[in-house]
Amino acid sequence: MAMVQNLFDEERHDDTIKDQYLTFAIEDEDYGVEIAYVKEIVKMQAITKVPEMPNFIEGIINLRGDLIGVLDVRKRFGKPSKEHDEETCIIVIIYSDYTLGMIVDAVQETAIIPEDRIAPPPSAKLSFANQFIRNIGKVGDDVKLLLDVERFLAQD
Amino acid sequence: MSDFDRESMLEMFIFEMSHLIDQLEATIVQSESEYNIDQINEIFRIMHTIKGSSAMMMFDNIAGVAHSIEDLFYYLREENPQDLDYKRLSDHVLGGADFVKEELAKIQDGQKPDGDGTDLAKAIDKFLQSIKGTGAEIPEALPPAADVPVQSVAKKQSYTAGDTVYKYRARIYFQDGCEMENIRAYTLVHNLQELATEISHEPQDVIDEETIPVIRKNGFMVEFASSQDYNYVYSHLLATVYLRELNLEELSAVGAGASPVPVAIPVATPVAVAENVPEALVLHEDLPAAAIAAASQPDTSAASQDASQRKAGAAAPTHMISVNVNKLDALLNLMGELVISEAMVTQNSELEGLQLESFNKETRHLRKIISNLQQTVMSMRMVPLSATFFRMHRIVRDMCRQLDKDVQLDIVGEETEVDKNIIEHIADPIMHIIRNSIDHGVELPAERSSRGKPAKARVLLEAKNAGGDVLIIIKDDGRGINTEKVLKKAKTNGLTTKPDAEYTDREIQQFIFLPGFSTNDQVTAYSGRGVGMDVVTSNLEIVGGTALVDSTPGEGTTFTLKIPLTLAIIEGMSVLVAGAQYTIPIVHIIKSFKAQPENLFTDPSGNEMITERGEIFNIVRLHEFFNIEGAVTDVCEGTLIMLENGEHVVCLLVDDLIGQQQAVVKSMPKYFKKVRGLSGCTLLGNGDISLIIDVAGFFDK
Repeated sequence: MAMVQNLFDEERHDDTIKDQYLTFAIEDEDYGVEIAYVKEIVKMQAITKVPEMPNFIEGIINLRGDLIGVLDVRKRFGKPSKEHDEETCIIVIIYSDYTLGMIVDAVQETAIIPEDRIAPPPSAKLSFANQFIRNIGKVGDDVKLLLDVERFLAQD
Repeated sequence: MSDFDRESMLEMFIFEMSHLIDQLEATIVQSESEYNIDQINEIFRIMHTIKGSSAMMMFDNIAGVAHSIEDLFYYLREENPQDLDYKRLSDHVLGGADFVKEELAKIQDGQKPDGDGTDLAKAIDKFLQSIKGTGAEIPEALPPAADVPVQSVAKKQSYTAGDTVYKYRARIYFQDGCEMENIRAYTLVHNLQELATEISHEPQDVIDEETIPVIRKNGFMVEFASSQDYNYVYSHLLATVYLRELNLEELSAVGAGASPVPVAIPVATPVAVAENVPEALVLHEDLPAAAIAAASQPDTSAASQDASQRKAGAAAPTHMISVNVNKLDALLNLMGELVISEAMVTQNSELEGLQLESFNKETRHLRKIISNLQQTVMSMRMVPLSATFFRMHRIVRDMCRQLDKDVQLDIVGEETEVDKNIIEHIADPIMHIIRNSIDHGVELPAERSSRGKPAKARVLLEAKNAGGDVLIIIKDDGRGINTEKVLKKAKTNGLTTKPDAEYTDREIQQFIFLPGFSTNDQVTAYSGRGVGMDVVTSNLEIVGGTALVDSTPGEGTTFTLKIPLTLAIIEGMSVLVAGAQYTIPIVHIIKSFKAQPENLFTDPSGNEMITERGEIFNIVRLHEFFNIEGAVTDVCEGTLIMLENGEHVVCLLVDDLIGQQQAVVKSMPKYFKKVRGLSGCTLLGNGDISLIIDVAGFFDK
């Protein structure tokens, strides 16, 4: 249950975390989630399955005595699931009054993406995963798909 | 004041008020026939606090009613009139309490407390006038110390009669964590205005929140002039809400007045001392003995002694603090975490094979401390039943007066503790049963006498520990349950499932817990509408408790409520389905067994059933119910668990039993929608998670 990092717990201020994104990988793409939502990153651990849940909800983990729900980002994006390996991580986010874990292939870095490097996705591209992407940010020559957390968590 | 502040203040206000009202009712009901001076003081103090707090929250109607009751008790305290109509007095006070309760309920629902208390206040004032009228026969100047052992009330009167104006300086410290000290200081000043003039205070601008830290650090200092004497002012200030420490100092007295003794001169001496050291706010009793001796004024030291005695009395309640339940929950979580990480450290795989004599000794010590800590944390959530029990006095009293019955309520074992969450759910069941006992069970005094019973009926309310459960027993000596009538009623309502003759008395008696059941032909204000006893069962179900009734015709009825000590921990049976653990609350389990192929059969619509000892039960496959893949599908290979929920029984198929263990109950993560058949989850001792089965989910298809 070792915690990898306790990110910015003390400095959750708008100024210091503005424009900061935690980037992670799913398949070959890089994604970003606003650091304001991120509570911590924990490594993969035993997940207890819960019946009658949407397929992308993996189950519950014990986060130091708190029981939190865990989603598989791959399944949420409609992509085939992948064997969990050394790099597989759970990003713990807090959104409204939910605390949730997101299973991702790998966590990369925290990147600063200023507003002028962010553009809306081209409307022509309408893949399934697209509905969860709010914007596209550029870091150097790399492209990061920035997650729309609200839509990502919506259970219809 | 922002909404948020007001919100949290309201919460505090409601908590404080309900507590005071409970205290008030307990005090009154205990002493209905006659009040002693302590009880009068207590009621006066409660009313004073209610008045102050509600004025602070600007609920003027509550403050108005409280004010008239306070006036009434002020008179009682000061004049100690004889031959009071205590019954009427109690009615007035309880009426006031009811009014406050009603308004509180409105506030709690987010409504405006718009009740009109003026009629009530007028009635109380009128009552006061009538006492004053009869009280005139009593000589105005009571002999000192007559009937008033502790308080020097009589002496005070002679002081207050005069025009002497005393100057006081008070320094007030509020309890730590009471919050909004500045508003409390403001209220204090506001309240002082009734009896004092020339009020000045430090810090000055108390409305400004910036002053909060100053008040916390240095206390709130207020100087004022009043014609009331030291004792009166002291007790007035003592009624301040969340008071931690009060230093009241008399600065000087001006004017001659009718004081029988020259107070002004001796008291001036202490002032000289105080003025030499302006910053050192000395208490009366802290003054150099020489100064008092020089004053040769016995009254001063008597007064200060009195004050110090009261101060000691007022300090006692601060041994209790109220804590937000969420904080306790968080503590409980951390506790669980500590237990797990302790195991991870002491059983760390890197320690394997090492010779660690002293390490092992220290870890044993650590484990002992942790388990003590765990018990302490659990015990913090436990609350004695006394408040809930004593509230019943009021119900019994009101019912007796309305139904012309004479009932004595005896309370035993009220110190028994149960979890905070459970208390909330058992107050209603207890109330319903007591109402039922008095309304249906207890006969009228004349009828009792003719049957050779004492005219005064007795209802016993008892709590006791029994293993991991608490038993609450409500026993009356009334006429008992008429089984014939109950069975007839059950039959007309279609509740019977077998021939009449097969029912035992005990089985028939349990019918009364079913919805819509009342044998009382007449509907009274209290019962007979057929709601009530089923509330008992449904409320108890929430906390995992059960109710039993046992009655002997002509001799009385005993209700026994069995409730678990705590909701935070349940006794559960762990079962395995497709590799995952589930926990079934043990209270629902009748037995577990292996099925034999010859006992199984299936009806045309595919419902599986089993005969076990001549009875037929439905089979529910847990893996089918939850759509779990990879479970044991052969009924004979898995294990069947016979579950009961009220009257219904079902057999649940699981892969295997793991064993019985205590489980710490947690709710499901908020993000998850409710799943039928699951009530929550639990952390097992090794940190694994198991889902808790909600047995009721298998029945209401």
